[in-house]
This record gives sequence, C-alpha cells and structure tokens, in this order.
Amino acid sequence: MATKTYLQAISDGLREEMRRDSRVFLIGEDIGVYGGAFKVTQGFLQEFGDDRVIDAPLSETAIVGGCTGAALMGMRPVCEMQFSDFVSCAFDQLVTVAAKQHYRVGTPVPIVVRLPSGGGFSGGPFHSQNPEGFFAHCPGLKIACPATPADAKGLIVQAIRDPNPVLFFEHKHLYRRIKGEVPDGEHAVEFGKARVHREGSDISIITYGAMVYTAEEAAQAVADRDGTSVEIVDLRTLTPWDKQAVMASVAKTSKVIVLHEDTHTSGFGAEIAATIAEEVFENLDAPVRRLTAPDTPVPFSPPLEKAYLPQVEDVVTAIEELSAY
Amino acid sequence: MAVAREATPVESAADVRDADLDREDLIQIYRNMLITRGIEERGHILYRQGKIPGSFYTGRGNEGAAVGVATAMRAHDVGAAVQRDMGVHVTRGTEPWRIFAQYMGRVDGLAAGRDGNVHMADLRLGLIAMVSHLPAMMPVAVGCALAFKIRKEHRVAVGWSGDGAMARGDAHEAMNLAGVHRLPVVFVVDNNQYAYSTPNRLEFGVDHLADRAEAYGFEGVLVDGTDVLTVYREAHRAIEKAREGGGPTLLELVTLRMEGHAVHDDAFYVPRELLEAYTKKDPIERYRRWLKEQGVLDEVAEDAVSADVKKLLGDALKRADESPLPAPESVLDGVYAEPEELETPHHQ
Repeated sequence: MATKTYLQAISDGLREEMRRDSRVFLIGEDIGVYGGAFKVTQGFLQEFGDDRVIDAPLSETAIVGGCTGAALMGMRPVCEMQFSDFVSCAFDQLVTVAAKQHYRVGTPVPIVVRLPSGGGFSGGPFHSQNPEGFFAHCPGLKIACPATPADAKGLIVQAIRDPNPVLFFEHKHLYRRIKGEVPDGEHAVEFGKARVHREGSDISIITYGAMVYTAEEAAQAVADRDGTSVEIVDLRTLTPWDKQAVMASVAKTSKVIVLHEDTHTSGFGAEIAATIAEEVFENLDAPVRRLTAPDTPVPFSPPLEKAYLPQVEDVVTAIEELSAY
Repeated sequence: MAVAREATPVESAADVRDADLDREDLIQIYRNMLITRGIEERGHILYRQGKIPGSFYTGRGNEGAAVGVATAMRAHDVGAAVQRDMGVHVTRGTEPWRIFAQYMGRVDGLAAGRDGNVHMADLRLGLIAMVSHLPAMMPVAVGCALAFKIRKEHRVAVGWSGDGAMARGDAHEAMNLAGVHRLPVVFVVDNNQYAYSTPNRLEFGVDHLADRAEAYGFEGVLVDGTDVLTVYREAHRAIEKAREGGGPTLLELVTLRMEGHAVHDDAFYVPRELLEAYTKKDPIERYRRWLKEQGVLDEVAEDAVSADVKKLLGDALKRADESPLPAPESVLDGVYAEPEELETPHHQ
C-alpha cells in the first residue's frame, strides 16, 4: 500500500492497464504533449508513443464515435472529455450508438469515457457540471463515480476491462485534495458494490463522489456535538447501483438522506428515494430527504456557487431535521 | 465551380481488366444487384401482406452504388453502410433469409427483432450496424481505421452517409479527424438527391458534396452512382490508396432515390422528368445492357442467373417465415455485454 492522491491513482490505473494490455489506448484533447488539462496523463506520451496517446482535435463526437469503432475492431479505447460538461457534444455517439449496439446486434462496445466533473472552483456553468443523471437514464451505459483514491484506481481498471461503454466521472475537487492508501499492483473494484464509508446507526446518507466528504464532515460535526451516529454509504457506481447495500443501511437506521452534487429534479437521488419508498417503506421512520444542488445552471461567482453546492452545514441541518422527526 | 475530380466512366473491356475484374466477378456483381433489388421488391410484398411491422425503407436506384463499393472491399476490410445500401450486405455475404427475417422482426433477423429494416449488420462479415441518427457511422468508421493504423494492419474502413446527413456535424468531425491522421478510411456519400423531401439545393451550398474533401486535406471524387463499374473502379482506387497509407478519399455517388423516403411516402415532390431520366439510367438495366454488348452475358447465362436468384429468394422467404417471433420475456436480455463475450479471437 502506498499513499496516493486521487489523481495519481487514476493515472496509475491507466498506466498499469496500458502496460498490461496493448489494446488499451488513449484519445482526447491535450492529453499527449500537455499531459491533460489536469495532468492525469502526464508522461504517457513519452512512455507509450503517439499511436497510443492521441491528441485529438476538438471533436467530442468523433472522439467517442472513434472509440466505438476501435472497440468494435478489438481495441480498448479510453477517451477523455476535457471537462465532463463537454460530453453533451458526444451525447449522440454515447446514447444512440454505443449504448444500444449490444442490445440491437449483440456486439460489445468496451469503451471508457473519462469525465472530469464537479464544481467548487468558480468554473461557471460549463466547467462545473455533474452530468451523470442524463446517462444514468440510458440503458446500456455503465457509470462509475469514485470517491477515494483506492476506488479511483480500482474502478478505472475495472472500467477498462468491462465489456460495455463506461462513463467514469472523476471529481476535479478530489484530484489533489484527497489522498489515501491505494493497493499496489493489480487492483480492480467490482461495479455495483457500494462501500460503507462510515458506520452509524441513527441516519443513513446515501451519496457518491465528492459529496462523500461533505457528508463525512457533517457526520463528524454532529457526532462531536451530540453523539448522533451517521452512516455514510458511498455508491461507487450508479449503473449498476448497489440496492442491497442501500436497503441494508435503511433497515439499520430507518432515516435516510440522499445527497448529490447534481441538480435536483430527475437527479439520481430521485431514483434512490423512489426505490427505497417502493421496496422498504415499512423500514422508514421519516420521509426520505433529498439534498442536492438546486435546479439551476452552476453559477460562477463564489457566493452563488457556494449557495448552489450542498454544503456541510446544509447536511448538518438535514440531519438535525431528520433526527427530530 | 467544382473542386472534386469527376470520375471517368468505365466503358471498354480494357477498362474492366484495368479495374481487376474477370468474367466471374462481372457476373457476380450482376447477381448481387439482382439479389439486392429482389430482396427489396419482396419486402414490398411482405409489407403489403402486413408482415413487416413499422415502416419499410428501400434503396431502389442505389444497387450499383452499394454493390460497386462493397465489391471493391477486401475480406478483412470493414464498413458501416446506411439505409440505401442493402447491396453492401448482400455483397459481403449476408444471407437473404436472415434479411427477410430482419424485416419481419423474427429471431433470425440480424437484430433478432430488436431493430428492423437495414438497421442490421453481421460484424463477422466486417459490417457494423447503422443507427438512424446519420451520419453517426462516419466517426465509427474512422475509429475502425484508427485501430488499423495503431495495429499497423493493412485494412481499410468504409464509412457511408447520405446526402442529407452530410449537413450534420458528425461528418465534419469524422472527415477532419481522418484527414489529420491520414487514416485508412474511405467516405462514401450516397447522394440520391433527396433527404426525405428536401432536395440537394436546400442541403448544401457547394456544387458537389465531394468538393468538401479538399477542405479536409484529401481527394473528393464525383461518380455516377448508377454506373456500377465506375463506382467499383473509383472505390477500388480509393480503398487501395488508403491501404497503402495514402489517407482518406470522399466518394460522392450520385443517383436518384427511385422510391419514397419510406413506403408511406409517394415522393410527389420529385419532378417527373427527373424520375424519367433516372429510370433510363436504371443501374441494373444499364449494367445488363453493357454485359450483353461486351458479350459477357448471353441469353442463357442471363436466364440462369435470374432463375438462380429467384430460387434463392423464394427459398429465403419461406425459411424466414418459419423463423419465430421473439419471446416477450426476452425483452430484458442483452442490454449489457458479459465479459466472456470479449473472449473471442476478434477481441484478442
């Protein structure tokens, strides 16, 4: 085990898969000479050459469509959207072509789309989004949203080995801020297995990505103050998502907050809340509480962005309200 | 002012030899065109019998364009053909009975009832199934070519579009990326002059779609798509050039869509004179005449091919009709691929 940043862990996972499997190649904007806008692929061009680390023109459609073609020819392409926001330009290739190919004609499309996502840096409406909800609605795609360095490595490795199109949402706010133990060498994390980030018995917070840490700060604050015991379930992947782990936590605590950074209406939290209501209603002692960004674009100016993103104090308030219910 | 090169028509037997075709090839091309038209004509009958769910699309008038290009592809080349290109599937060896089953939404259709019409392909024959959102298959073909370049394989990808779809951004991104990396890909535009009801003059502002190739750093060629041998020769040149590292080519194959956009459309908006002119240029009639003039096909041989195709398609219809409809409970199957599906020689 070694301590790595979240960013190093992704980089290590990519590098190890490229060394292991000559079919894996990277394509994206500024990923080669520049090493990626966030430097995830720094040094890759030198190690693997420009046949396997391809600087592409600004062409998200051709990048993702190209990955599909290469995958159908037996390659294992990994592309980078420089910011996850730009995946809107490739929506059709993902949702229309890649997602439906296996169901229609039985041909697997093993591609990975890396999506640096999330806000907190005054990136404004086009460099801060969490667009996972659009894709969670599309059968045929898989979605990973790692929160820890170990999962960042384990899930990127698993994404590359998965025979389906995988959207890998890597949170920009975690890149260098979060450090953690990462297993050395071969390390893959199975999709659809949630992780209990913090054990607790009074209230469950179901979340993923950067909000795991917002939840953690809030949980610590209430624990220190009055001993409220909060359990945090980190989903790790949204498609598939670990219903069993969520239902087990609900059975334990009977009160649930669903927390995410994406906007509210039709966000993935709605799916979780609805499933809890459908399947384990009798285990609930309070209504399921959704805590999300509001239904607006991501604003630029710091006080507006702070008001937009769920904050630790928002989570604390929600915990208090649920405790009192 | 045209920028693209206009293809010189193939006329003589010497031209044909130059294009690497022997007598057997010439007859095979004729047979594939007859099968292609025969499948779509029988499709109309199936549709009227109520056996085809949804709508029904054909490529009448495009048989020469589709068969010509596919004949120029080698066994290990790949292609993503579009909705007027039944001839590509036929030429690559797709069995007609499976196409009829596809039309009827049966389990033996290439999409096993999950998709219909020409939304099908057998990857083992080097073909990739189209989607409706064209020209979405152009970037996919570029990706195939990228794989060939990375692996240093002497293979070529062919990416098709129609004239209408060339107005969409996928076409630009695909051709630009292919031009930048000089990928082994050939772009084929089936220009049948109409995108549903919209004529060429409302689709693009250049004289010819092939003129655009210049802007991406490769050659564009304007070809009479009703002339199968000229299509073949230009496709052969472009494919072999790509194979030798010469980069992409854009072939614009000009035809006329001889039926409506789909079976519900009577195409009242196509001028009668245009239809009459292209009826005279019917690709199959044209080619049959040429084969007879050149002494490649006599009455006996012609009858033999016709009888053979008739039997093939008659048997195919019968076999397709015996194929069951999919079981309703299978609706959930196959949304996701399983890991073992990648454990094939193709994926390793």
